Amino acid sequence: MSIVVPDSKSIKRGSIPLDLKTWGPFVALIALALLGALINPAFLGLDNLSNMLTRSAFIGIIAIGATFVITAGGLDLSVGSMTAFIAGVMIILMNSLVEQFGPGLTTVLLGVGASLILGLCAGFINGMVTTKGKIEAFIVTLGTMGIYRSLVTYLADGGTLSLDWGVRDIYRPVYYGNLLGIPIPVLVFLMVAVAGYILLNHTRFGRYCFAIGSNEKVAEYSAIHVDRIKTMTYMLQGVCVALATIIYVPRLGSASGATGVLWELEAIAAVIIGGTMLKGGHGRIWGTVVGAIMLTMIGNILNLTDAISNYLNGTVQGIIIIVAVYLQRASWRKTGA
Amino acid sequence: MRTIKTTFAALATAAVMATPTVAIAADYTIGVSIPAATHGWTGGVNFHAEQAKQRLEAAHPNIAITISTASNPGEQANDLEDLVSQRNIDALVVLPFESGPLTDPVRRVKDAGVFVTVVDRGLEQEGIEDLYVAGNNHELGRVSGEYIRDRLDDQGDIVVLRGIPTVIDDERVQGFQEAIEGSEINILDMQHANWNRDDGFEVMQDFLARFDRIDAVWAQDDDIALGVIEAVRQANREDELFIVGGAGMKDIIKRVMEGDELVPVDVLYPPAMIATAMDLTVQHFTSNGPVTGQYILGSPLITQENAEQYYFPDSPF
Repeated sequence: MSIVVPDSKSIKRGSIPLDLKTWGPFVALIALALLGALINPAFLGLDNLSNMLTRSAFIGIIAIGATFVITAGGLDLSVGSMTAFIAGVMIILMNSLVEQFGPGLTTVLLGVGASLILGLCAGFINGMVTTKGKIEAFIVTLGTMGIYRSLVTYLADGGTLSLDWGVRDIYRPVYYGNLLGIPIPVLVFLMVAVAGYILLNHTRFGRYCFAIGSNEKVAEYSAIHVDRIKTMTYMLQGVCVALATIIYVPRLGSASGATGVLWELEAIAAVIIGGTMLKGGHGRIWGTVVGAIMLTMIGNILNLTDAISNYLNGTVQGIIIIVAVYLQRASWRKTGA
Repeated sequence: MRTIKTTFAALATAAVMATPTVAIAADYTIGVSIPAATHGWTGGVNFHAEQAKQRLEAAHPNIAITISTASNPGEQANDLEDLVSQRNIDALVVLPFESGPLTDPVRRVKDAGVFVTVVDRGLEQEGIEDLYVAGNNHELGRVSGEYIRDRLDDQGDIVVLRGIPTVIDDERVQGFQEAIEGSEINILDMQHANWNRDDGFEVMQDFLARFDRIDAVWAQDDDIALGVIEAVRQANREDELFIVGGAGMKDIIKRVMEGDELVPVDVLYPPAMIATAMDLTVQHFTSNGPVTGQYILGSPLITQENAEQYYFPDSPF
């Protein structure tokens, strides 16, 4: 049943010259990049660009998961804490496996496997409590956010968990390595984005997400298993968090209570900048990718200049985010979709 | 180690269960109010407070100590009220979350006739506390600045990573700038890295992309320094510069001890100052010497020679 399936047609109905609804985020990104290049030519340096893209991979991968959750009318505030918690468990696990397997590939692979399972389970819990418990996603994930954050603080005794140095050497290339000149995290980001795009725009699951986000009741009457699909979006989110953690841990080899603070808000911001509706019913994977890169780019540009007082960094970030979304929504109103 | 920890836990539980008896046995109750272990440094504060409690209670049977941790200023204000009304404390050792919001709650504790020791962050009004124990942020900046100045022979290009924009950060940077004043040392740029590893990594990456030559990095804090180290390694520029952190985190002290060229020194700003404050507060009840006034800890330079005395491998920080 696909009566409620919206959009893919209505998008193309928009004005032909330049459809800001779709291309708005890309235009904003290019404008921001031009600004960066003007402020400091070092911005266009290959090293800088690759640093920036690599950095945006964490938020980007998490935000792709968040696109599904938000499109289906949900919300997940626990992703930042979940990152910290999964990173903490991974480090403890790998450190203890060193005694048994030595600091080899087996140890790292077991750590990676544990991360994926944890992410899946954490997402499952968020999804089940939200749907079966009939509690607002905001409250459920606010709760799990606090739980994961305090669990990692507990595991670390309030300090920092550090990965065994032997394991670190084996694991390091996952963040610092590259394939054909492209950093591994960027490749993972790209693959997750492509997979996400196909899943959201070209499968039944994706269409169901749109339908549920547009109108949950109608979706239910259309014989869609709303609870099951919604739970699956949270599990997908959990897997994305696990993937982000897998490439995060080798960067600094540590986790603490301060890991991933406010990542949930950055991920949600990336999704909205990219043109997904916060109230659900409409999602755009490539927009999310651009949104995540834009957020990182703002921070990067601010670090490359001393023209703006450091105390005002937050102001500049805030203004750019609001303007980017305004441009896109203003055209939205004109085309009257 | 685990077994010792479990024993401690068992002892602590026993102590809690036996509280009524202890309360009768102890002549003086001391309340300790500190921020919860939300990041490395406060984790260290919690560790050292717990250690000091065990040591002091064993040494002085007539002293009982209760520690309460709060995760925000409001909660800490509630803790202070509870310590007075429920525990009937004779002395308070408090490391305020923030100076402003806690000035009045601490004053009310003082008005109840309690001996008050304030640690690290001063209150906004003078004359409330009986004893003030603190590290010296200005001194931390000055010592770091002087080391960099000496090491670079009065000239070179450096970058500075700052903490969270607060009075603590301002005092450190001010001390640092005064120390390098008059030399040919040029600060290429300063950016906030918020005493956070990830931020330290990212800010340093950008500095490395922006400046072709950096002679030294003042990271001001050991968490930031750890992020900086990874960024420098990634860019393969270890031979070009050295890094000065601050606080005394065990990972950094260990590097200093082992003679790491990238991190030749550290500057102390110890979370163990909470133990100093507790010791002095106990002395108020046990010694005939007065302890009121100010007790400002030095910020010594930690070098390979003296690193061992600042190394606590069991501490979480």
